[in-house]
Amino acid sequence: MSQEKHHIMSYTTHLIVLGVLLILTAVSVAVTSLELGALSTLVAMLIAGVKAAIVLVWFMHLKFDNKLYTIFTVFVLVLFLLVLYVTFFDYSYR
Amino acid sequence: MEKNSEPTHVHRDDEGDKMGMWLFIFTELLLFGMLFLMYAVYRYRNPEAFYLGGKELDVFIGTLNTVILLISSATVAMSISAIQKGRKKQALLFLGTTLTLALVFLVNKYLEWGAKIEYGFYPGGEALLELGHGTILFFGLYYVMSGIHALHIIIGMALFIYVFQQIRKEKVHQTDYVWLENTGLYWHLVDLIWIFLFPLFYLIH
Repeated sequence: MSQEKHHIMSYTTHLIVLGVLLILTAVSVAVTSLELGALSTLVAMLIAGVKAAIVLVWFMHLKFDNKLYTIFTVFVLVLFLLVLYVTFFDYSYR
Repeated sequence: MEKNSEPTHVHRDDEGDKMGMWLFIFTELLLFGMLFLMYAVYRYRNPEAFYLGGKELDVFIGTLNTVILLISSATVAMSISAIQKGRKKQALLFLGTTLTLALVFLVNKYLEWGAKIEYGFYPGGEALLELGHGTILFFGLYYVMSGIHALHIIIGMALFIYVFQQIRKEKVHQTDYVWLENTGLYWHLVDLIWIFLFPLFYLIH
């Protein structure tokens, strides 16, 4: 089997990624406690999106694995957003 | 059963195994995706009730569980790094830590649900029925979504126990660790779902 396909992430990298995720969690709790109304939900969702991307790219190894997984993941995400869009398009015009 | 003439040859396709796991993860994402869609529509139609429902949830316990899951995601990823480096003891230690954190998450969930149920905040509960339609929807979604998520935590724990044994018996090792890798992927999925559940239920302001 080919050797180069197994990229080993160091413990330090894992801890840095974890640190960033924890900081983002703290930021989202702090921002939403400011009671900014609709903006608060938007910011919370954006931060959640960034956290999810970090988990996918580093913890789930999308950065190092076959690019096919990344393409599939983006496809599933686009499919979901499309369904969300169509649903709300429907609800807004009832 | 046919006896193979070459018993030493074991067929393995790690990439295929991983591909299968990813395809399963996509079906899981779509399963939760539809629940998130339901959440979006109901919240769009009942913004006040969702706001009040969110206020009933404890931000502290939600944040604590988020931190627990994030750390457990890091430790399972570190367990994979350890096994790739051939450090069996460290891999077991990281995996054991992940399993413990998963258990702590469930205990918190039990305490959280227990307190809610005691107050009558459960589907069909008296305190909940007195509140409006929107709040009933909010708590219905809360129990279904965090309940299915908790079920995934339990399945993840069962997988951790199995892989832990396999590593101990050297069945999973430096050159054959796809079981650990796929269990890790599954656990990150559980983390991924929680990353969205947390702000949608606990951080509504």
